[in-house]
Amino acid sequence: MSIRSLKENIVEDTFTADKETGGRSLMQSAALRFYRNKAAMLSLIILCLLILSAIFGPYLIPFGYEDPDWAAFRSPPSWDSGHYFGTDQNGRDLLARTLYGTRISLLVALVATVVSVVIGVSYGAVAGYIGGSIDQAMMRFVDIMYALPYILFVILLMVIFGRNVFLLFAAIGALEWLTMARIVRGQTLSIKEREFIEAARATGLSTSAIIFKHIVPNLTGPVVIYAALTIPEIIATESFLSYLGFGVQEPLTSLGTLIADGAGVMEVLPWLLFFPAGVLVTLLISLLFVGDGLRDAFDAKELKR
Amino acid sequence: MIKYAFNRLLTTIPVLWIAITVCFFILRMAPGGPFDGDRPLPEAIKANLAAHYNLDKPLIEQYFIYVGNVLQGNLGPSFTTPDFTVSEQLAVGLPYTLILGGAAFFVSLVIGVAIGVYGALKRNSYPDHILAAIVLMGLVVPGFLVAPILQLIFGLKLNWLPVGGWGDGSISYLVLPVTVLCLPHIARISRLTRGSMIEALNSNAIRTAYSKGLSDTAIVWRHALRPAMMPVLSYLGPAAGFLLTGSLVVESIFGIPGIGRYFINAALNRDYGMVLGTVVFYMVLIMVLNLLVDIFYAWLDPRVRTR
Repeated sequence: MSIRSLKENIVEDTFTADKETGGRSLMQSAALRFYRNKAAMLSLIILCLLILSAIFGPYLIPFGYEDPDWAAFRSPPSWDSGHYFGTDQNGRDLLARTLYGTRISLLVALVATVVSVVIGVSYGAVAGYIGGSIDQAMMRFVDIMYALPYILFVILLMVIFGRNVFLLFAAIGALEWLTMARIVRGQTLSIKEREFIEAARATGLSTSAIIFKHIVPNLTGPVVIYAALTIPEIIATESFLSYLGFGVQEPLTSLGTLIADGAGVMEVLPWLLFFPAGVLVTLLISLLFVGDGLRDAFDAKELKR
Repeated sequence: MIKYAFNRLLTTIPVLWIAITVCFFILRMAPGGPFDGDRPLPEAIKANLAAHYNLDKPLIEQYFIYVGNVLQGNLGPSFTTPDFTVSEQLAVGLPYTLILGGAAFFVSLVIGVAIGVYGALKRNSYPDHILAAIVLMGLVVPGFLVAPILQLIFGLKLNWLPVGGWGDGSISYLVLPVTVLCLPHIARISRLTRGSMIEALNSNAIRTAYSKGLSDTAIVWRHALRPAMMPVLSYLGPAAGFLLTGSLVVESIFGIPGIGRYFINAALNRDYGMVLGTVVFYMVLIMVLNLLVDIFYAWLDPRVRTR
């Protein structure tokens, strides 16, 4: 959607809102704009389907992700045998493994994103609200961290946390908060000048209460958008690490691990590569479009002010 | 200009120092020592090894020894390949990584700018949309997925290109790895170029140039492309870093004996000395490249210097 058509939409929205309903909340008009974005809506539907099948799928199919089917080794995808995605060299059903791998990839992304949101929001809000030389020092630290190659740090952490996947991805989240902190700080700077913060200060609330009860709730919009854009990044990082053999270990599996295994035998058992790869690409693209759609929907609000 | 370069150099040094310090202490937090193998070593041998690598000294003293060694270009010992120091192994791998990264850098710049300029000139036409879609795929589909698919098509089915290795170093061995390494950067560079080129073409300067009666070629190549290149240039510093870290996976997939492969192997074998040395080396390299790009940028755009 081009900027111009966005602007027209906004003008239209404000007019219709004034005439018909007598005003529409920011959330509502953002939701409406998102709803009108076809690519984002389609991606959202696909994403929901992927998430639902990752959660419930493994219970609905008759094969476990680590149980070999002694009657079917290396069998190509077929309707008759019930192995819709085929089986691998050990006779394990690929559909079950792909569903399970998607679940692990999503879970890992969730853990890392939650960690990055918690750190980024508190860091940015504290720096922005306190201001002065503390703000300067805290943001200088963020600048330094930015300059360092992120993936090298991840591999360093991997060498240390290696065996525990969730600890590792909590650590990735602990490195992913930098941009979040910058965005949150910028928002905090403008929020802290508003009257309700002055009122809160006048009632004698402590600094931490003002930050976490009055400023942070008002940051929801940008934080949600940026978190949505962080998730695909983390899924890609996870697949990258698992591909190199660092991330998720057997018998657990993730999309990256499946792709790595499939890539080794792609000449003879091509389905082992193509199904997990298709799921990963679909997942990444739909997450990206949903994140972009959210950003467009909320950014329009900034234009309106 | 020289003052700007000097200031920029001064800000790089503390960043590097902090980075080295953080890496050193993070790796020392790791559980287990470098000599805890499957078979426990006798205590006396362990003590001797520790003494040889200065591991018996207090941590802070080890840190100062390490920083002193790094300053002299000695990145420390490798624990799994004791015959070679980290610096020696890196010296062997570096040319391959630099050739691969340099070729990828050049190719992604040329193709990315070409696609971006074309998209800006023919904006919202069908070729523009199709190119944008292809470029988006390059951004979303991870390299470790593109690589095996390309190997399958061009290496195994069509038999046009070698699947991996370095061979005699001829171009045919470079095509696939460079392609894989380039794709995301072609995507980013072409998007940046397209955006800033459209902005430049809509500017007053270009309207003046048209009204002066200049030819289209002169306007596009001389008057629009030059200012449009500035955002692209500022991306080149980070891009050099991304190319280096991206070559980690490309080198392992295509079996190219560059430093990325040493790094991955060292990390898998938990060779702390090698991991630490390689990370420090990568960081120095990336920061030097960033520094050079920044200075080049300031040379081109005087506004940066005065800020």
